Amino acid sequence: MPATPTASPRWRFPSGIRLLDLSLTGWTALVMVFLYLPIVVLVAYSFNSSRLNIVWESFTFAWYQHVWENGPLLRAAQNSLVIACVSTVISVLLGTSGAWLLHRYRFRGARSLQTLVAVPMVMPEILMGISLLILFATAGRGLGFATVIIGHVTFSFPFVLVAVQARLKGLDPAMEEAALDLGATPLQAFTLVIVPCLRPAIVAGALMAFTLSWDELIVTFFTTSAASATLPIRVFGMAKVGLNPMLNALSAIFIVATAGFVVFSNYLKKLSR
Amino acid sequence: MTPATDRRTPRWRARLLLAPMVAWLVLFVVAPTAILFVYSFCERDEVGRVVFSFTLENYRRVADPVYLRIFNRSIGYAGLTTLICIGVGYPVAYCIGRAREAWRQRLLLLVMVPFWTSFLIRTYAWITILKQEGLLNGLVHQFAPGAAPFELLYTPTAVVIGLVYAYLPFMILPIYGSVEKLDGALIEAAYDLGAGPLRVFSSVIIPLTLPGIAAGTLLVFVPAVGMFAITDLMGGARVPLIGNVIQNQFLQARDWPFGAALGAVFMGLFAVTYWLMLRLGAREEETAA
Repeated sequence: MPATPTASPRWRFPSGIRLLDLSLTGWTALVMVFLYLPIVVLVAYSFNSSRLNIVWESFTFAWYQHVWENGPLLRAAQNSLVIACVSTVISVLLGTSGAWLLHRYRFRGARSLQTLVAVPMVMPEILMGISLLILFATAGRGLGFATVIIGHVTFSFPFVLVAVQARLKGLDPAMEEAALDLGATPLQAFTLVIVPCLRPAIVAGALMAFTLSWDELIVTFFTTSAASATLPIRVFGMAKVGLNPMLNALSAIFIVATAGFVVFSNYLKKLSR
Repeated sequence: MTPATDRRTPRWRARLLLAPMVAWLVLFVVAPTAILFVYSFCERDEVGRVVFSFTLENYRRVADPVYLRIFNRSIGYAGLTTLICIGVGYPVAYCIGRAREAWRQRLLLLVMVPFWTSFLIRTYAWITILKQEGLLNGLVHQFAPGAAPFELLYTPTAVVIGLVYAYLPFMILPIYGSVEKLDGALIEAAYDLGAGPLRVFSSVIIPLTLPGIAAGTLLVFVPAVGMFAITDLMGGARVPLIGNVIQNQFLQARDWPFGAALGAVFMGLFAVTYWLMLRLGAREEETAA
């Protein structure tokens, strides 16, 4: 409805709406403070030379140096990186091809397959963890990198699939037809025409898969061996023991990296629009 | 051209391409779940090995009041967390969804960063605040040096704070998605027809954003029921929830069949919630369309 000046503003802006707007804004600001205050405190105290959080002694980079010199932590970070990279690649391959085939073809069981794909996204992680643990034990497979990666791919690739599927829905079917009419094989049409169109969604899905894997604790907890322990596993172990300024420093690195990552992926999304 | 007529039956090559995904889902989602159910009917010997047999003993133990109470407590904590997240998050999602474009992007970014930051780190942030030798006690000590230090960590309150803090972004984002899609004309129409702000909110805005609330509930309630890491860190061993018990059966007590039975019951709970939320989300989307 066009806002004509003749329209009575009485019902358009009832008294109190403005007040409601203000309190809504105030509430949002408060919640943002709630979300960020603990993080800010955490980062600030990573520069505190005191072992205890109670008092501020003096500024130091020592805890960052401790992190840098901590062998097990670095190894865990390395493990996390390897696992996240491998599971992202597998997830992108499985998710993209799956999305395309589900979108493109009609076959019996397509609907149930679609439902089944959604299950790992919402299934409680602990259930996925214990059932995979039982599976690997039954199959007589020792736990390690392979089992962790299998777990990570299982909950990541559906996110890639869903992201790609959303993009496919907006894709003009004439594109593929044109490619086929011009003599491309279905595979060529897919790799040369469809995949470039899907790139933003694939990138978004890949970023998601990477982060999910990088942050994951619960499924990893049940499927890892000591040698393949990831960073979250080590952090969990350390946090259980108690306060440790080294964890503050490590968390600060994580938070800065995550913030940079979010801004970067937003930028990527804007570019691809 | 409608996509429906465009879709063709796959030829054998396309079927072959579909095979890896189907195989993955069957091997690592369907099969493990099936084996979990099988294990829940097995027994274990003295050293903790699984003996394949058929017994309902594990389920009888799950029905023991001790474990029922733990189940109830887990559902209670998760339910409370979900309600607080809806109460706290809904206005925020609404505010972001109705904000002007530039602000919307900024606010969304602000919610995204905690959403993507590991819950472990965010939980640790609260530990540094709530611990006995933590920040809160430090502040109290500064202003009232005589006051006895108090312990907030390892209390039920701490557990709920940890859960809400971890899951709040997971409630805000789906509700935001629904609010963003809200048709302003419908709200104006309601005002035109004489409804007050309260009436508009309860009979127009809430029903239209119900899919978002349902999605958020699914993302918060289900993981919160089974969460053991946050409850471990914030509650110590004092408030065991179902996730802690299951984890304990698998890693310390090594009674896998009993752990599997607990898991199977939790799986049933999850399936019911999932189905309910899907129906709620789908129905509202239909009426909205």
